[in-house]
Amino acid sequence: MKLEGKVWRYGDNIDTDVIIPARYLNSFDPKELASHCMVDIDESFSQNVKAGDIMVGGKNFGCGSSREHAPVAIKASGVPVVIAANFARIFYRNGINIGLPLLEIGDDVEKISADDQLRVDTATGVIENVTTGDVFHANPLPGFIQDIAKAGGLINYIKEKK
Amino acid sequence: MGMNMSEKILARHAGLESVKAGQLITCKLDMVLANDITAPPSIKKFEEIGRPVFDNEKIALVPDHFQPAKDIKSAELAKAVRDFANKWNIVNYFEQGRVGIEHVILPEKGIVGPGMLTIGADSHTCTYGAVNGFATGVGSTDLGAAMATGEAWFKVPEAIKVNLTGQKPENINGKDVILTLIGMIGVDGARYKSLEFTGPGVKELTMTDRLTIANMAIEAGGKNGIFPFDEVCKEYVEGRVKKPYEPVEADADAQYCQTVEINLSELKPVVAFPHLPGNTKRVEDIETPIAIDQVIIGSCTNGRLEDMQIAAEILKGHKVADRVRCIIIPGSPAIYKESMRLGYIDAFIDAGCSVSTPTCGPCLGGYMGIMAAGEKCVSTTNRNFRGRMGHVDSEVYLAGPHVAAASAVLGRIATPEEVK
Ligand code: SF4
Repeated sequence: MKLEGKVWRYGDNIDTDVIIPARYLNSFDPKELASHCMVDIDESFSQNVKAGDIMVGGKNFGCGSSREHAPVAIKASGVPVVIAANFARIFYRNGINIGLPLLEIGDDVEKISADDQLRVDTATGVIENVTTGDVFHANPLPGFIQDIAKAGGLINYIKEKK
Repeated sequence: MGMNMSEKILARHAGLESVKAGQLITCKLDMVLANDITAPPSIKKFEEIGRPVFDNEKIALVPDHFQPAKDIKSAELAKAVRDFANKWNIVNYFEQGRVGIEHVILPEKGIVGPGMLTIGADSHTCTYGAVNGFATGVGSTDLGAAMATGEAWFKVPEAIKVNLTGQKPENINGKDVILTLIGMIGVDGARYKSLEFTGPGVKELTMTDRLTIANMAIEAGGKNGIFPFDEVCKEYVEGRVKKPYEPVEADADAQYCQTVEINLSELKPVVAFPHLPGNTKRVEDIETPIAIDQVIIGSCTNGRLEDMQIAAEILKGHKVADRVRCIIIPGSPAIYKESMRLGYIDAFIDAGCSVSTPTCGPCLGGYMGIMAAGEKCVSTTNRNFRGRMGHVDSEVYLAGPHVAAASAVLGRIATPEEVK
């Protein structure tokens, strides 16, 4: 998948309570979750995010609870890919399983700022910062995880395998 | 090359002789768990696959988060879980009055045990490492798929060895051990990794201590936390775990990516400051007193009988400080009943605490103790992220039941020794 979009930049240890606070977990409607995404640290996000915008975080992005509502909220906000130095484990797994590509680029993430324009190829992991001219390479997905991603998530993967 | 405890459980469930860190494998599961928040989306995913449940005895559904239903939407969630449980005749479904916090009742009822592999759509599923199992949290898609297939994919984690030595002093419990560890290695110190607790200090720890410690492996970013099977563990699981089980032991030449040493003798009561579980400080090192508005004693971290006992011994004969709210939530009906029989509940109510039926409630900012802007709470729960227990400008300080109870009496963060 080739994507291009504007950056919403967040810091280290963005936890799942920040991505979608528990008080909104009595619904799992993606649109409703998206309407509260990031509210506790950035009220402007849910109001101003545009389809195709890219979220970029620092270290340990998505730490905390196992709530899949977190990647679902981000995906339903129209964000097609999240880039971070690295991701917390369950969030990473959930992203793959629901078909939200997550790219890890380590310290290179420091070279991406809010409102930069990025061009991303999720298949090759090549990220181009159009604003600064920098190019980064994310680690490719290993083994059959590739296949899950290609199928668009775990459920499709299982259905196809049957 | 030898294997550690986690590798042995994973290899066994993948049908392999051996596995090594980094390997991607598919494993058969002994138990899959979801709660009232995570089960409904899991059920949706499950239905997309269109197969029957893989085994109605290996699924646990625990409506504990927003139940007894706090509002209409939460009632709908509980109903979706109940309907699914009825449809598929799920054996381990727990109705109100019989339900407790998932990570309290699964070990208590022997639903999880040594050598078993569990996934749960709840990040604190890692608690069951305390009984020598491999248990880890997943999301609802993984869970929905597992309810249909009985399998999940894993990347074999690298393991950090936590070597426990020394003797556990009085007034120190599992919460001090795990908060100290997270303070040392940080909230991502064990990211993608397994924490294996070993060493001569293990025998100093009660089952309650171990459950508290394994529970918070995730707060260090860990995939799981696991304890060896010893006399203490054996005594706990015997009579509870009805299915045959096979404990695991690490090989002498097992591989670890890092070793962390903790001398229990040197531990002091600690508290984690807002807004990260790794912001730990010894209570005695707090220079300016921190006045508090609320205390929560409960949760899957510290809602067990021993936690109730520790709190009751401190609160007995004392009063909760003026204008401080102390809310106590036993983790299961059995713990509630025992606490009553042993006089703990009397001690709590006489001290001016409110006591609730088992629920997660305030731990995740659900209900039953939500904070207003500017308020501060000492809580025995496991997360103090911004907004976790209410308003984004409220603050949660994490501590064990000893510090929480002492703080309730003194109206500020305090050590148990300060309550005379
Ligand atoms: S008590 Fe808190 S941490 Fe434990 S399962 Fe409930 S909400 Fe999660």
